[in-house]
Amino acid sequence: MTSTALETVPATLRDPMLPRAAVIDAIKQETHDVGTFTLRLDEEPEPYAFRPGQFNMLYLPGFGEAAISISSDAEERDTIKHSIRFVGTVTMGLSRLRAGTEIGIRGPYGTAWPIEQARGRDLVLVGGGIGLAPLRPVIHHVLRHRDDFRKVTLLYGARSPGDLLYAESFEAWKQAGIDVHVTVDRSEDSWKGVVGVVPLLFYRIRIEPKETVIFTCGPEVMMHFVAYEALARRVPKESVWLSLERNMKCAIGVCGHCQYGPLFVCRDGPVISFARMEPYFNREEY
Amino acid sequence: MLPRVSATVAIPKPDLQQVFDNLRGSRLRLIGPTVVDGAIALGEIERTEQLPIGWSDEQQPGRYRAKHGAEKTYFAFNVGPHSWRRFLHPPRLTLFSAKANGKMTIEHDGEEPPRYAFIGVRACDLQAIAVQDRVLMNGSYRDPQYVARRSNAFILAVNCTKASSTCFCTSMQSGPRVTGAFDLAATELPDVFVLDVGSEAGSQVLEGTSWAPANAFDVGRATEAVQKAERQITREVRTDHLGSLLFEHLESPLWKEVSGRCLGCGNCTMVCPTCFCTTVVDTIDLSGRSERIRVWDSCYTTDFSHVHGGNIRPSLRARYRQWVTHKFAAWREQFGVSGCVGCGRCITWCPVGIDITEVLKAFRSTGVK
Repeated sequence: MTSTALETVPATLRDPMLPRAAVIDAIKQETHDVGTFTLRLDEEPEPYAFRPGQFNMLYLPGFGEAAISISSDAEERDTIKHSIRFVGTVTMGLSRLRAGTEIGIRGPYGTAWPIEQARGRDLVLVGGGIGLAPLRPVIHHVLRHRDDFRKVTLLYGARSPGDLLYAESFEAWKQAGIDVHVTVDRSEDSWKGVVGVVPLLFYRIRIEPKETVIFTCGPEVMMHFVAYEALARRVPKESVWLSLERNMKCAIGVCGHCQYGPLFVCRDGPVISFARMEPYFNREEY
Repeated sequence: MLPRVSATVAIPKPDLQQVFDNLRGSRLRLIGPTVVDGAIALGEIERTEQLPIGWSDEQQPGRYRAKHGAEKTYFAFNVGPHSWRRFLHPPRLTLFSAKANGKMTIEHDGEEPPRYAFIGVRACDLQAIAVQDRVLMNGSYRDPQYVARRSNAFILAVNCTKASSTCFCTSMQSGPRVTGAFDLAATELPDVFVLDVGSEAGSQVLEGTSWAPANAFDVGRATEAVQKAERQITREVRTDHLGSLLFEHLESPLWKEVSGRCLGCGNCTMVCPTCFCTTVVDTIDLSGRSERIRVWDSCYTTDFSHVHGGNIRPSLRARYRQWVTHKFAAWREQFGVSGCVGCGRCITWCPVGIDITEVLKAFRSTGVK
């Protein structure tokens, strides 16, 4: 399908910076600045598999690479989905592509959400804006294995009702047994829901601290207050998991860009426990 | 007949050319110190005359001068602005080229990485290579270019017989005596090189030289020469609990105080022999062929921490703190060693002469420890 030179290189010598080709199967416009790309990969050089929370480096020749979290169902093997916010050089370039085009992809990289830790317990997912995208594979997992968990709650917010990601799925998630709470920072006339920042949604739910595991992804300041609200309810630091964002160039822990204290976010993150992150987290300009 | 591995031998100084010829005969490219633009830099050499014979240097915070004297010394200077990472982890490297017109074709340039012989690797720099090995070769991902260049490299190390005012290898336990993996380690005396043979390859390149087992007199003089260098070292860093000291003082006003003098030029990161950060530059030509080129990067650039919505570290205070806490605190957690080898380059080549040993001393005196 593609005439890449990769096949001629023995696997042991393959350069980890070399992408493989993926075809854009479909693009779905989610909001005014977010689109979900469905990508199909060749079986060669090896079948693709990922764990919820991991990310890929998407490559557009001439533009560069961007680290984008995976939003699809990890148990669905033939395609992967990326919900991409069009804000940077590469993502703006991607926004102009059409289905059928090939792009480059490397991955998956990084740590995964510790779903095992939440098994048999309450799971609270807390997302802000595009931060729902890396939590989506967890929702897919919960929908497939709902009985593995006790209470499952989603706290989600965005700047405005128009910025809410996957809004058309909220009803289905509720039907499937997820307690969904949604808020917006700024309301509009048509909005009948809650207004306020995401951490305030903690006041709408009841938490059993020792039996709760929290996964959160969103702006750092939001995650800071999510951790604050969780700890105030005596949820152990080890049960609060963050998904971090930093500039990434290599995704394999050798370019130095994504350092956050002693961590390489690409390798030791993006998913990391608050217990591990606390000494460095949300320090001014760190 | 060739010396055994771990033997100590002596060769007359002019025989170094025979060693060069033997290395070149094994199709290695020789890289060694040579005078370029008034500084002792590293470059490709073929003959011993290209070494900085008779040259020495004078280094102070923010000051470097190469000086020519009367004595016929080959290695009577300390480390210059270049380090070996220039050759093991080059400043600019094309990763691949790609062509996209709906379909995407990726071409990986299969060119053989160069095979080098490094002439005159000092103890601090040998330690720096070992540090970069941990980053680029022994981690979960291996940089194939680094691995190829590193595994083929022949190392002729040189013990320092003088120290600069900016040296602090003794504090970082990296020198001035060469330890670690080398093929040959030389100590220069007025008449001979005393050589420790570190490998089979190190022994083989002595073929054709008039080597002889080093006598007690030569060994004694060589030991004394290195001890002299050690006595000349005045700068000091206390390394116990250094990482936790810095991590506990992330919000210290000292960061602002020191970075008030920092120009943010990134010189320290460019001359540092262990800094490994890179970024990737994308080019595209009119035919639609684009290249991904890896280039050295510095945590002092504002772009370095760019994410959508801005830079994580807009202030110089934060960027200076990033470099120092990475080198002396995070590095140990990441790679199990200090990121600093005490070569002193960052002190010499800082245009305003910020002295890392003084900065760390200031943290030590304000710290509770």
